[in-house]
Amino acid sequence: MSMSLSGAPVQLGLGRKLLRLNWALPILLAIVSLVGFAMLYSVAGGDFDPWARAQIIRFTVGFLGMFIVAMIDIRLWYKAAWPFYIFAFALLIAVEFVGTKGMGAVRWIDLGPIKLQPSELMKIALVVVLARYYHDQRPDRVKNIFLLFPPLLLIALPAALVIKQPDLGTAVLLCAGGVAIMFMAGASLWFFGLLVVGAGVLIYAIFGSCGQDWQILKDYQCRRLTTFLDPASDPQGAGYHITQSKIAFGSGGYSGMGYTQGPQSRLDFLPEKHTDFIFTTLGEEFGLIGALTLLCLYMVILFIGLMATLRIKHTFGRLVATGVCFTFFCYFAINMAMVMGLAPVVGVPLPLVSYGGTSMLVILFAFGLLLSAQVHGRVPFKKRTDA
Amino acid sequence: MIDRRKIQAATNSRFTRRGLVLFGSQLGLAGILGTRMYQLQVTENQQYAERAERSRIRPRLIAPVRGEIFSRDGTPLAENRQNYRVVMVREQTEDIQLSLKKLAELIKLDEARQEELYEIIRKSSPFAQVLIAENLTWDQFADINANAPALRGVSPEIGLTRHYPEADIAAHIVGYVGAPNEKDLKRAGPAKGLLKLPGMRIGKNGVEGIAEEGLRGTAGLSRVERDVHGRTIRELFRQEGTQGDGLDLTIDLELQKYAMERLGDESGAVIVMDINDGDVLALASTPGYDPNNFVLGLSQKQWVELRDNEKNPLTNKAVAGAYPPGSTFKMMTLLAALENGLNPTDGHFCNGSLWFGNRFFNCWKRQGHGYMDGVSAIKNSCDIYFYEIAQQVGIDKIAEVSRRFGLGIEPQIELSRVKSGVMPDRNWKESVLGEPWYKGETLNAGIGQGYTTTTPLQLAVMTARLANGGYDVSPRLIRGRNGERIKPEPLRSLGINPDNIALVRQAMSAVTNEQGGTAFRSRISAIGKEMSGKTGTAQVRYISAAERANGVRKNKDLPWKLRDHALFVAYAPTDKPRYAIAVVVEHGGGGSAVAAPIARDVLLHAQYQGKPPPDAVPSDAVPFWGHDPLGPV
Repeated sequence: MSMSLSGAPVQLGLGRKLLRLNWALPILLAIVSLVGFAMLYSVAGGDFDPWARAQIIRFTVGFLGMFIVAMIDIRLWYKAAWPFYIFAFALLIAVEFVGTKGMGAVRWIDLGPIKLQPSELMKIALVVVLARYYHDQRPDRVKNIFLLFPPLLLIALPAALVIKQPDLGTAVLLCAGGVAIMFMAGASLWFFGLLVVGAGVLIYAIFGSCGQDWQILKDYQCRRLTTFLDPASDPQGAGYHITQSKIAFGSGGYSGMGYTQGPQSRLDFLPEKHTDFIFTTLGEEFGLIGALTLLCLYMVILFIGLMATLRIKHTFGRLVATGVCFTFFCYFAINMAMVMGLAPVVGVPLPLVSYGGTSMLVILFAFGLLLSAQVHGRVPFKKRTDA
Repeated sequence: MIDRRKIQAATNSRFTRRGLVLFGSQLGLAGILGTRMYQLQVTENQQYAERAERSRIRPRLIAPVRGEIFSRDGTPLAENRQNYRVVMVREQTEDIQLSLKKLAELIKLDEARQEELYEIIRKSSPFAQVLIAENLTWDQFADINANAPALRGVSPEIGLTRHYPEADIAAHIVGYVGAPNEKDLKRAGPAKGLLKLPGMRIGKNGVEGIAEEGLRGTAGLSRVERDVHGRTIRELFRQEGTQGDGLDLTIDLELQKYAMERLGDESGAVIVMDINDGDVLALASTPGYDPNNFVLGLSQKQWVELRDNEKNPLTNKAVAGAYPPGSTFKMMTLLAALENGLNPTDGHFCNGSLWFGNRFFNCWKRQGHGYMDGVSAIKNSCDIYFYEIAQQVGIDKIAEVSRRFGLGIEPQIELSRVKSGVMPDRNWKESVLGEPWYKGETLNAGIGQGYTTTTPLQLAVMTARLANGGYDVSPRLIRGRNGERIKPEPLRSLGINPDNIALVRQAMSAVTNEQGGTAFRSRISAIGKEMSGKTGTAQVRYISAAERANGVRKNKDLPWKLRDHALFVAYAPTDKPRYAIAVVVEHGGGGSAVAAPIARDVLLHAQYQGKPPPDAVPSDAVPFWGHDPLGPV
């Protein structure tokens, strides 16, 4: 067995890998998914069908997949980063032409049994490619201003395509994940200062453009924004989601109405109760205690993820882990903010809980990557500069 | 090498630093989320919980069961009958037309009606029950039940509808129910919600109308949970309403039936009243109508027929028919004169006419009655005597006494559209017509003609107050509520000298029981059951002097609408009176020939509690029915 300079083994046996694996993370992910099954069972009126059973199957598949990904050497992902990104990008372009419409947006490529959502794939590809990009740079040059442009381009191109679908939620997730990686990679703080200002201007422009000739967003997106700012302006239409969600969530109180007893969800007052608005049902049925518990579970996952990230010795692994954690955070934070009326309705699911195959698989896949980086935290990379 | 390590260490510490910063900001955002949860679920919980309640829970009123109405012997006059009906819910069938077609094989449902129903169902809410047919027979209902699986969306139901088993016999007393109209809703106040319930009926007429509030009962309340589409999910709370009051009427059903039958095809009214407690034992008005038709909804044809019938079946003539009292008023004129000092034995000579002012006032008997005193004037119904005494006592005093007997005053009875008639005097004419009173009018008023009008009910009340010795008995129709008797109002004296009343009663007895009395042929001969009465014939048309000179046309030669009204008031038994009666036959001809026999027969039935023996009437009695235009007035 050859040893690297830092003393870590170059190749690990499967047994060693499993031993090194941070088991707390899979366990916590499984617990959150269990909460999801329970909620899907509840919103179906106390029935495994039509959602809970399907979700359990997907979870089982995804969960096993996660371990397989975790066992695969992280360097393989490093090598595959660019092709992976290009592949995902190509699919994003392809979806424009052969995609299937759903909810007013072109998002899927129908491959028979599987509906492929290239934007979900891109979430991972972007994380991997940015990690590789920074891994390849000399550490003393990361603050160089010219090095900002390639990553920004890598983020902006897919984000633009996703916005065009249109899927504002995923675009936000892509941008947030990418920028988080840039931050962790050590990009100049000045840049982030500028970014905040720039984002402010952009948001102002987006809001200002609604109803103007140079409107940036689609009409329905504009409506969602207006509605978010003033749900009462359209209580039966676009504001209905937010209003009903707040009513159901707010009526939960401290301890909720009891499992499967949430009247608003049961009586169909709540739209999208099994997907984007499942947190509302949880709040209605389990109250503040349930909602805070779930939030804490998510934060514990993040904390454990951070601790694991900090132990990884190589830049690629660190940045991949960072990207996964931050995207995960964006998922639940945006979803919770959305259903509680703090953010516009942008269509971001509650990770591991909302019904939906792709997002479940992607999240578990992403955590597989994180675990892989964690397991292979000390493997040596052949650096281009060294070669 | 050292340099690169340094850089590596710096990179590492920057990564850790930034990682902590990032996690710190995530914690901060999570804190905001947690705060928002607290805000929504704890601080603003009340508000959202209330809004959730409001949007999902609807209170729904449950219609109470309407109180039933019974006759004196407990026979139902208005009851709630199970109504087998069939409703359809759009959501429960894929093919409305097919379901209707299949249903049409079991019940009568022609194509046009199917088409109509299809339109109604198509436009109604998917969960709303639409009434397809009601009042089905048990067999039809059972058929539908048996075929339920094939009839998708169709469900048989049992509801309650009002039913009047006696149909037209008591229609004018009991009245009928109908769907509330705009005016009813406006008047309803807090009960508006109840009235708006589908299928809700309220009393429109008669006792049903007057006692509506008691009969209606109080609504029950049900709180149902509904989903966002308005579909009822479950009932959370239910409080049944209380049934309305059951009412016991004073009506003696057998007597009522007989009175209606006795009036037959005539247009008229009969009222029988207990002279002591005011119980109305019979209140007949013909023609009647079947109130059940109103509950089911009248067809256009039925409605037009009822409305255009010249005998006005929809009018309760007993309380809403105002007729000139004619000679039945003469007791009032006599009593007013006696109260004001007339000596009843002082007489006047009748030679057939009286010159007063600038014209003749005629007696109905053109050859005259000869010498008449108080008693014989009533017995013979001599007009001249009453012209004389009316003129002496004056209209105001006649009106004052008459009002004490209920004339010109709206009777207190549990019916709607009750008329008060007219009892004219100087003030009345001044204020209503704006003209002074002419003395000649007093003469006309003295024989019950002119402005004076009375309803049959008022005549019955007048007769009852004479028969009971001058007490203010008032008619009533309701004598019990929920099985408990309602005590009649205690009687107060009208303040009339009993001797004067005794004299009037003596005169009324002479009318029927003495040879030569105007209604002698309609007397009752059974000992202890005799009746006393007074005939009346109310002129409907004006008889000109020329016609009088050439001979007054006989009733039988006139068109029905121009014939005189026949009236008769009576009480029985003569010695110990118990029942008072008033009979009016519109355009019937003479009171003695037409109205008196009816009164006799009804009073016999009242006294015998059924069919009287044949020897209760003398052999020379006016036969069962017959117009005798030659008979005395």
